[in-house]
Amino acid sequence: MSGYVVRRLLFTAVILLLVSMTVYAIFALLPFDPAALTCGKNCRPNLIAANRIRLGYDKPVYLQYWYFLRGIFVGRTYGVGAAAFACAAPSFGYSFRQNHCVTSLLAQALPVTLSLAIGAVIIWLVIGVSLGVIAARFKGRWPDTASSVFVLVGTSLPTFVTGLMLLVFVKIKWNLIPFSLRDYISVFESPFGFLKTFILPWLTLAIASAALYTRLTRASVLETLGEDYIRTARAKGLSEKVVLRKHTLRAALAPLATIAGLDFATLLGGAIITETIFNLPGLGRMSIQAVVDYDLPIVVATVFLAAGVVVIMNLVVDLLYAVIDPRVRVA
Amino acid sequence: MSHLLEVKGLQVAFPTYDGLVRAVSDVDLTLDRGELVAIVGESGSGKTVTSLSVMSLHNRRTAQVSGEILMETPKGVVDIVTAPEPVVRALRGKTVAMIFQDPMSSLHPYYSIGDQLGEAYQIHNKATKKEARARATEMLELVGIPGAAKRVKDYPHQFSGGMRQRVMIAMALINNPDILIADEPTTALDVTVQAQILELLRDLQKEFNMGILLITHDLGVVAGVADRVNVMYAGRVVESGVVDEIYYRPLAPYTMALLSSIPNIASKDAGQLPAIPGQPPSMISTAPGCSFQPRCQLTHLVPDRLCERSMPALTEDQPGHFARCHLDLTTRTTAAAEARAKRNAGGAA
Repeated sequence: MSGYVVRRLLFTAVILLLVSMTVYAIFALLPFDPAALTCGKNCRPNLIAANRIRLGYDKPVYLQYWYFLRGIFVGRTYGVGAAAFACAAPSFGYSFRQNHCVTSLLAQALPVTLSLAIGAVIIWLVIGVSLGVIAARFKGRWPDTASSVFVLVGTSLPTFVTGLMLLVFVKIKWNLIPFSLRDYISVFESPFGFLKTFILPWLTLAIASAALYTRLTRASVLETLGEDYIRTARAKGLSEKVVLRKHTLRAALAPLATIAGLDFATLLGGAIITETIFNLPGLGRMSIQAVVDYDLPIVVATVFLAAGVVVIMNLVVDLLYAVIDPRVRVA
Repeated sequence: MSHLLEVKGLQVAFPTYDGLVRAVSDVDLTLDRGELVAIVGESGSGKTVTSLSVMSLHNRRTAQVSGEILMETPKGVVDIVTAPEPVVRALRGKTVAMIFQDPMSSLHPYYSIGDQLGEAYQIHNKATKKEARARATEMLELVGIPGAAKRVKDYPHQFSGGMRQRVMIAMALINNPDILIADEPTTALDVTVQAQILELLRDLQKEFNMGILLITHDLGVVAGVADRVNVMYAGRVVESGVVDEIYYRPLAPYTMALLSSIPNIASKDAGQLPAIPGQPPSMISTAPGCSFQPRCQLTHLVPDRLCERSMPALTEDQPGHFARCHLDLTTRTTAAAEARAKRNAGGAA
């Protein structure tokens, strides 16, 4: 088992290396000069040249890439002498547009995205799985029909519609949640403020996914209910409740764990639309802004992070699957 | 004493978009203690639906069941058809237990054998987990699983098909049921393993003194183990009686045809396997005649196209031997003898 994990982690490292190379290569091919973007209107040729040297853009691409990799492990110092400044390890570079080390920018954005993703996943799993189980249990009767209506509505509404609707009605028209002066309040600072900040973004993300998970759960539960071992469970004399809760759900929800893990990972890469609508300073908003600004270090770092999360969540899901399904454990 | 299990006039139908599927019509059968009664028939003849009805395991919301399924229980005779769900549930696994066709898929892949057996014990007995585990180990030993104490912790995928069927049998018998329903218990197994499983069932039947209802399409299996046989065709019992009677003196044209379609290894008539021409009828059709009439070799002997007009009743043609046919007994037995002679001649030629 531990050998398996080590092998998978090495594999993760290789994937991350390839991802970072690809992103670096794309930006190296783009026809723009990062150094020219460092100073805006005040740019004079000598300043651009100085910044180019200071940030290392005078070096060939492979060397720039090497410095980037080395920075992750040992940190990186830009410039020399009195003008020198350092980004401590793990350094993902220096954003010349925001004039900050990328790592510290990530450290600010990550908790926001993490709060958004965790809350949304919990809400959509609770809603999706419960509705799905109820729909399967009462297949063809009114709870099933009602859940199909929810599924249809939920999957049809894109997040930018639900998000804007929630914003317009709940916040502006009905004024149920007043606007806050701050765009992010940590849960440790004020749980209530945290809830007020995140409830609408959570719902925005959750509604669409909950609808999808309702469908998935319903299908999976119905399929499992048709299995021979469920008939065996009934033949033992178990009540329908135990058959559903113990024998059906564990088997039916196992495949859902895989999908949920990957969806969660994707969400951790940043929910661009939702973060933009609700003005949340998370990874999604940061990365889209970085793309617009040609802010290479941030783009590389966010892509790197998103890819890393997906690969690692994949591993977590596979390990989780082994816990659920004994057949996976042996090999 | 009444019978351990007595099915009277059982009808089971399922509404579908194409119409009402009459899976089982007018089935009567009995099962006594220490007896092995077989239900034989081809796919779709209603044998599995009959057995599921005895357990009341079909979909209670959609299936339309009528007739009586009387079961001798510690609390008196219960009619499974009309009994409320909690009453039936208390009988399932306790008074009447069932093993299924495919042991590969009939065990839950996520729970250990010990958990699954123990659960079956704990539902009907006040027992701690430890006691249930001990009982599970004991049952595994009984059905001949080597190293039961160790294997009780294993999962179904770590067992072979035959071993899994043994586990299923252990699970079914863990509460000493009076009735065991075995629905094609050997169909999914290798021939050598089939024999072992049947032998095991026979041994355990003596030990537990239970009645076994064996559902199968395998006439060889039936000949080896059954005491009495019910032959089903298109949802009806067409012949029933003692096993030797049915094999050596079949009285229903369907049974005759079925027996002559057993390939004879001595036959030089290679290439062509004997078969009953035609297909079983749709279970939705409501034609008034005998359901076997379109395929019957003897129907031309019946006057007035009676076979097309009415379903013959199940009559006691010989003591304890029932069959469904309009044709008089002598003509039928002569025809059967001729068919048998022809078959044997084919084998000798």
